[in-house]
Amino acid sequence: MMRPNKGNKGTVYLILLWILSPMCLAEAVNYDRQSITIALTQEPPNLNTMRTTDLVSFFVLGHVMEGLTRYDARGRLVAGVAESWEIDDLEVTFHLRKNALWSDGRPVTAHDFLFAWQHIIDPASAAPYASIHYPILNAEAIHKGNKPVTALGVSAPDDLTLKVSLQNQCGYFLKLMAHAAFFPVRQDFFNRQHDRYAAEAENLLYNGPFELVSWVHDASLTMAKNPDYWDAGSIALHQIEVGYITADNRTRLNLFRNNGIALVRLDGETVKDAANQKLKVRTFVTGGVAFIRFNVTKGSPTENIHVRRAIQAVFDPELFVNRIMAIPGYKPAYTFFPSWLAGVDGKFQQEYPVAPVKIDERVGRELISSARRELSVNRIPQLVLLTVASPTGNKISEFLQGLLKSKLDIDLRIDSQTFKQYLAKSRNGEFDLLLSSWFPDFDDIMTYADLLGSGNPNNRGGYASEEYDKWLRLVQGATDQRVRMDAAAELQKIIIDEAMVLPMAETGSAYVQHHKLKGVVRRVLGADPDYTYARVVK
Amino acid sequence: MSRESSIFRIQNSKESFDGWLDRTLITLTHASSNSLQTGCWFKAIPMWKYTFKRLLAGVITVWFIATATFIAMHSVPGDPLLNDKAVSNEIRKNLEQRYGLDKPITQQYLIYMGNMLRGDFGISFTQQNRKVNDIIRDHFPVSAMLGVLAVCFAALGGVVWGALTAVYRNRLPDIIIMFLVILGISVPSFVFAALGQLLLVNINQFVGYSLIPVAGWGTVLHMLMPSLVLGLGTMALLTRLMRSSMLEVVNEDYIKTARAKGLSPLRIFVKHQLRNAILPVITVLGPQIAAITTGGFVVELVFAIPGLGRYFVQAVQQLDYTVIMGTTVFYGAFLVLMVILVDILYGFIDPRVRLQ
Repeated sequence: MMRPNKGNKGTVYLILLWILSPMCLAEAVNYDRQSITIALTQEPPNLNTMRTTDLVSFFVLGHVMEGLTRYDARGRLVAGVAESWEIDDLEVTFHLRKNALWSDGRPVTAHDFLFAWQHIIDPASAAPYASIHYPILNAEAIHKGNKPVTALGVSAPDDLTLKVSLQNQCGYFLKLMAHAAFFPVRQDFFNRQHDRYAAEAENLLYNGPFELVSWVHDASLTMAKNPDYWDAGSIALHQIEVGYITADNRTRLNLFRNNGIALVRLDGETVKDAANQKLKVRTFVTGGVAFIRFNVTKGSPTENIHVRRAIQAVFDPELFVNRIMAIPGYKPAYTFFPSWLAGVDGKFQQEYPVAPVKIDERVGRELISSARRELSVNRIPQLVLLTVASPTGNKISEFLQGLLKSKLDIDLRIDSQTFKQYLAKSRNGEFDLLLSSWFPDFDDIMTYADLLGSGNPNNRGGYASEEYDKWLRLVQGATDQRVRMDAAAELQKIIIDEAMVLPMAETGSAYVQHHKLKGVVRRVLGADPDYTYARVVK
Repeated sequence: MSRESSIFRIQNSKESFDGWLDRTLITLTHASSNSLQTGCWFKAIPMWKYTFKRLLAGVITVWFIATATFIAMHSVPGDPLLNDKAVSNEIRKNLEQRYGLDKPITQQYLIYMGNMLRGDFGISFTQQNRKVNDIIRDHFPVSAMLGVLAVCFAALGGVVWGALTAVYRNRLPDIIIMFLVILGISVPSFVFAALGQLLLVNINQFVGYSLIPVAGWGTVLHMLMPSLVLGLGTMALLTRLMRSSMLEVVNEDYIKTARAKGLSPLRIFVKHQLRNAILPVITVLGPQIAAITTGGFVVELVFAIPGLGRYFVQAVQQLDYTVIMGTTVFYGAFLVLMVILVDILYGFIDPRVRLQ
């Protein structure tokens, strides 16, 4: 016989409280608290700015850390930790602001930048992004073990001055300063953590608009407004709560429908669901390019330019984007340099437009005939298309298979692999056609142009042209923007004429956003979506 | 295969249940006076020896799992250091050195086994600041919690539905439930997971606030739907097991006796039928907990649950060597341990399994 007594009652209340607690848990947006809840697709793999390489980590770091420069709400490069700077030929001098503070209250100094940059370029650190530092004097030599770390062209004459000497002139150096690989790290704190640096929320120092106050691995992160941030007045949000971490697109859409999260990116499937549910689907260009790499090394049929140009002649980017990709936000690509890249005064694509290659089956077949003559074969041998095994990868591959068979009578074998094996095979050149995409590292045409340079490890098709490298050096080295962009236009022409690669689409993204959440900035580079300047309206 | 054999074993143990205590006692007595038993044509191994043999076999099994995984993992093209953006040869060399991948494969194997014996699984390649030990410690309890809840659902449902089908044998409730059972066995869990979540979304939209969270982890309400979905397959299995077990019991003499005594049907059902028929179900629970705890990848993904199952699968996709080894060896050892526990329990319950 059960008799209710005091103890039992307490337990009952406790259980009731436990059961009812989710009701007062996170909601998508909260006006009074100025807080939002969002979801991530994966756990941030590494929040150590000196080692990280992935977009999810960049997203978190972009909110909790800051470099010498940053991007503002309208996407312009503005002052960050550096208040001002002077550029004098190969010398850049940054003047740091006095009120830039670490989350423990101590000021951010020039030494913190010096330490981080020396650490990254030290070969012993094996930092994956080290080569992004190569524009700095001696960086490449140090990294290859030919000079000591102290030879790096960076110095801190006092706490608030950082002097950088460049190897060559670098037209995009200031833009690099907004990249996580150039963020500061405080030496004494770093050393105190030993190998635990960035392992948990308390193993990191923050100097950004927000600070990470809690981090439950693979479950949640809480970013709270940093009251000591030098520009705290411009920050409206008090809290960004990452409430869920899952790669499942449909789960995230369900969470959005349930008022659980404030913004969700859509893929080919969920975009249909969202449209069916009459949600307002927004789009933006994510800055990447989807393209096909051709293997131009000996032994591959695509070494022959006519084969490549024949494929180019029958591939219609517009049809591809509208019928095959069918994700709002994607745009047909006619050149390898996407539309968001800056030119001299405006956008590069508008200043140096390209005429779309004419889609003509007859031209394609003629090119194939001349290729057959040159290769002295009756039939173009079967080509191998290497792709990642994913719904999108399979869809594109099957489309290309059908296209080549019907228009050019070329057999295409699809080699569908898991991501790591795809990378391994593509690096070994085990393909004729390679389904690829490339996302920019920094805000300059070099991030794309460099990709086809003969020495670039990412140039997997093995393309090497002295002509191309000549113009490339000019794009990299010249300071006059006009000279640089003219050179880039030459590169653009070579890429199309030689069919070095076949651009298919500029990547885009469709997403839905809570109607009370305003001021979210979508960025091609760095933290995206950027909630730094967002706010919740009534 | 394993299901068949476990069912087979259960039948054995059920038959012998009545006399299990006597036999255990006899065996224990025999074990203590083993040397005097030479005249007998059969004899049972002493319990400690039996246990030791089982444990030794378990250790060898785990070693074999570790070695096979190591070999398979290194034969796959690609490696954990490969990334979207290729790095220069210098960086590549430095990275290989940092992770010890520049050493010959046999040496890597020996180093790895040495560390594993010391209980150190190394550091993850994808989450570079986390030890694999920490990953297992943080995320296994979540999977285990989910797994145990799922097994509870499955056991409760299996017993109730199974008993009902037996009582209503070949009548409408039986047919309906057995149809659902076949559905439960044949429909993969990601379908149930997606449907379950959609159901929650619609319920919440109907009541106008978040009554039951559609995803995430933390409170008991978060656990309801995922554990139900995760337990469905096992529930279906147990229902079938319970049904056949019940049908056997129905024809036993003691049921007839009970009826003859004039006991009420409810009392016969609860006290005599259910209690005797439930034993086989209880005995499969051990291995089922292990199986469910290790198999929750899809459910964890759909319901955004920070369990170990996600690591188990994603590590393979990302070729995260240390996490692959850590989770496989850990889960392997866990399964082996569960099987050994059941074996040892059988050793007590049914001495025949210890016959030489």
